[in-house]
Formats: sequence, C-alpha cells, structure tokens
Amino acid sequence: MPVFSSVSRLAAMALAAALLAAPARAGTLYDDLGGRAGVQRIADGMLQRALSDPRIKDKFQDADIERLQGLLMLDFCKLAGGPCRYPGRDMATAHADLNLAPRHFNAIVEDLQDSMQAEGIPFRTQNRLLALLAPMHRDIVAPPGAKPEATP
Amino acid sequence: MTWKPLHLICGLAWAAAAAGVSPAQAQDRGKLIATAGLIQIEGAGGGGLAPWALITGYGTRDSVGANVHGTVVRVTNFTLSTLGAAVGLYDRVELSYTRQFFDTGGTGRALGLGGGYQFSQDVFGVKLRVFGDGILDQDSWLPQVAVGMQYKVNNRTDVLRAIGAKSDQGADFYVAATKLFLTQSLLLNATVRMTRANQFGILGFGGDRSDSYHPEFEGSAALLLSRNWAVGGEYRTKPDNLRFAREGDAYDLFVTWLPAKWVSATLAYVDLGSIATRKHQEGVYASLQLGF
Ligand code: HEM
Repeated sequence: MPVFSSVSRLAAMALAAALLAAPARAGTLYDDLGGRAGVQRIADGMLQRALSDPRIKDKFQDADIERLQGLLMLDFCKLAGGPCRYPGRDMATAHADLNLAPRHFNAIVEDLQDSMQAEGIPFRTQNRLLALLAPMHRDIVAPPGAKPEATP
Repeated sequence: MTWKPLHLICGLAWAAAAAGVSPAQAQDRGKLIATAGLIQIEGAGGGGLAPWALITGYGTRDSVGANVHGTVVRVTNFTLSTLGAAVGLYDRVELSYTRQFFDTGGTGRALGLGGGYQFSQDVFGVKLRVFGDGILDQDSWLPQVAVGMQYKVNNRTDVLRAIGAKSDQGADFYVAATKLFLTQSLLLNATVRMTRANQFGILGFGGDRSDSYHPEFEGSAALLLSRNWAVGGEYRTKPDNLRFAREGDAYDLFVTWLPAKWVSATLAYVDLGSIATRKHQEGVYASLQLGF
C-alpha cells in the first residue's frame, strides 16, 4: 500500500521536525513569563485559585495570605531567572506542618497551569516553569508514613 | 485450559467498585493529566505498543486508579481487537487483564483455517514500580523504572502446533524506563522484553526456528502539545521463531486526545510488519479508554 507508506514517511518526518524544534526563547524564562508584572499575575492567579480549590483550600486556613502572595511572586521570579531575592523560609520548613500529599502538590500545579493558561502563556513555556518547580515535591510533600488523611 | 477470564474481570470490576465507594482519596485522581499514560496492546499501562514504567490510573501513592479500554487494529489482511481492564494500586503496582481477538479474515481460508478464523488470547499483566519519579524529578536524568510480567494464554493449541509453535502459553518479562522531559515537553520510554512470543503470542510461543527467550527492544517518544493533546511514535522489535512465516518489527505514529482525566482516545498509523506470510501489515489503530 504505497499511499500508506508515503503517509507514514511524511508523518515520521513531521514528528521528527516537531521533536527537534527547540522551544522559541525570547530570553530568560522570566522574560517569557512577562517580566515582573507577568510573574506577579501568574503567582496571584495561582494563589486565588488555590484558595477556592476544594481539594486544598483548607490547607491555607492559618496562612498569612498577604505575606504568602508576596513571597510566591519573589520565589517564581528568582526561579525563572529574574532580578529578585527570595527572603522567605525554605520549602521544607514552610510546608512541614501541612501534611501535604502528592494529590495536594499536583492540585496546586493544576491551579498554576490554569493561571498561566489564563495569562496566555504558551504551553511549552508553562512547562519550563513547571520543570523548575516539580523537584520541590521532595521538600513539600510529606513522606508516605505521615498519614495526610488526617487533614483532607 | 481452566483459566476463567470472567473471574478476573469480576475481580477488577470489584476492585474498581470498591474504590468507587470508599472515601474521597481512595480515588484521588491526583496525577496530572496524561501522566498516567495510555494502555498498550497487551493491556499494560504504556503507549500503544510498549509498556511504560508509569502505573496506570490517576491514583497517587495514597490512592488507586482503574480503567477499561477497547482497541481495534485494522491492518491490510487482519484485524486485532482487544478489550480489557487495568488497576493501579498506590502508584506502585499495576494489575491488568486483556482479551485479544485476532481475526484472520480472508487469509484464514488461504491458510486452510477457514474464512474468518479467529485466534483469541488472554493476557494477565502485573507491573511493579521499582524506583524513580519520571514526572516530578525534573532535576535529574534518572527515569522511573518498573518491572513487569505478561502471562499469555492462547486458545488455539492445535493450530499453533501445526504452524510450528512450541507452546500455547508463555510469559513475557520486561523492564521499562520512562522519563518526562518537561522543559522539552517530551516523554521518552525504553523497554526491554524477554519473550518467546510469536506476533505478541497470537501465533503461539517458541517455534521450529528458535524456542528460547530473546531480549526485544521497545521505544516510545511522545511530544505533549497541550494538556489535552499528544503526538508520538513507537518502535517494537519482535522475535522470529517460526519457519513458515518471517516476523518483523512493528511501529506506530499516534495522536492522542485527552479531554479529561476520565477519557482518552488514540488514533494511530501502525505497521506490524509481516504476519503469517502476509507482508506489509499496515493500517489504523484506534483506542478508547475510560477510567479514573
Ligand atoms: C511547587 C509548589 C509550591 C511552591 C513553589 C510553594 C511556595 C511557597 C512559598 C514561597 C511559601 C512562603 C514560605 C514562607 O512562609 O516563608 C509557601 C508557604 C505556604 N504554602 Fe506553599 N508552595 C508550594 C506548594 C504548596 C502546596 C501544595 C500547598 C497546599 C496545598 C501549599 C501551602 C502553603 C501554605 C499554607 C503556606 C503558608 C505556610 C505558613 O504561613 O505557615 N504550598 N509556599
């Protein structure tokens, strides 16, 4: 079936091209996220979504939201290569008492994805920020024995 | 054969139902969309052809996930259909059952089997995640690694013997390594399978050319286009045990749509190589999966 063969060859070439295509980079990730104002909107959008997300909102009961809002922005800014200093606590200390499970971590990732989507950040740029945040699960998520069921 | 596939289906349905009635986090749907992978042709969590190291279902370490799937592979002279169910337990263990139907169409008559002759095969799968987090450990090159087994029982003992196969059942053992490279939006997988299966086991196990286990390679690459779309390709080598018909490698090029965690649809171009003396078995692969 020569038709199928040429279709498959074309598709293979298209796939190879797509795989090799480097993500378009204007500059640092910080720039691609829209600089200081962009990162601020992304962090705020994530926090607003988290605070009304039934899966995790209870975790923020005792938090100083205004302080958290400022620190989140500075954390993202610094991570993305922006000109910021992060003056907050380290991730392990800040989340130690929250008994966070993988489902909580992934829920906030989804809130962040929604926030970036609403800001019109391209998918591949979104993933560059997520790639920097993802390893933090080791400090943020409590070890398996910690029984996160106690607080939903 | 005294296997009772129905029993296993009931068991899996029961597990799914049990998960359905227990407290919220018993089915937390806590994985990120697409990171549970798809279901491959033999029922394991994977791509279309290769099992991956990811545990199927959207349950995290505190939870379970499960799904059912139906797949049709329509190639030049044959149709392979599969129906099955899979359960992921605590993002650690995966159990799966799939029944495959292989319709020989007009070729059955030509081979002296009768028109529309059908082989069927039960595949019982188990997979254990050994180490690594292929999704979140983005600061290291270490993949997620799992080991697995697929026990296959073919229902056509006499025909299999006649074509030179040594057995109507066999076990495949595999090691899979899977890694998502988020910065590139690219998921890569490599699987090594020890197997004696002829055409996935549909033509039996071992043969008059060779009856020993062979290491075979299965590779997958998937590019995430958005949270709901992925495209990719796979390649799978296979043994060549039977004298009456050469067996070649298989590959596919797929596009998957995941509108939500509970449903995904995959459409692919697939080339299974030569099957039972019929060359260039290429065509369409379509799969639908439902679950949590
Ligand atoms: C990649 C994921 C996350 C990042 C980057 C992150 C970042 C931060 C930062 C920068 C702070 C401020 C630290 C400080 O108070 O000095 C913080 C605090 C906090 N985070 Fe997260 N966080 C993440 C995940 C989560 C998750 C999953 C939850 C809950 C579902 C959560 C809940 C909180 C709460 C409640 C506080 C305030 C703690 C307090 O005031 O005592 N965080 N986080």
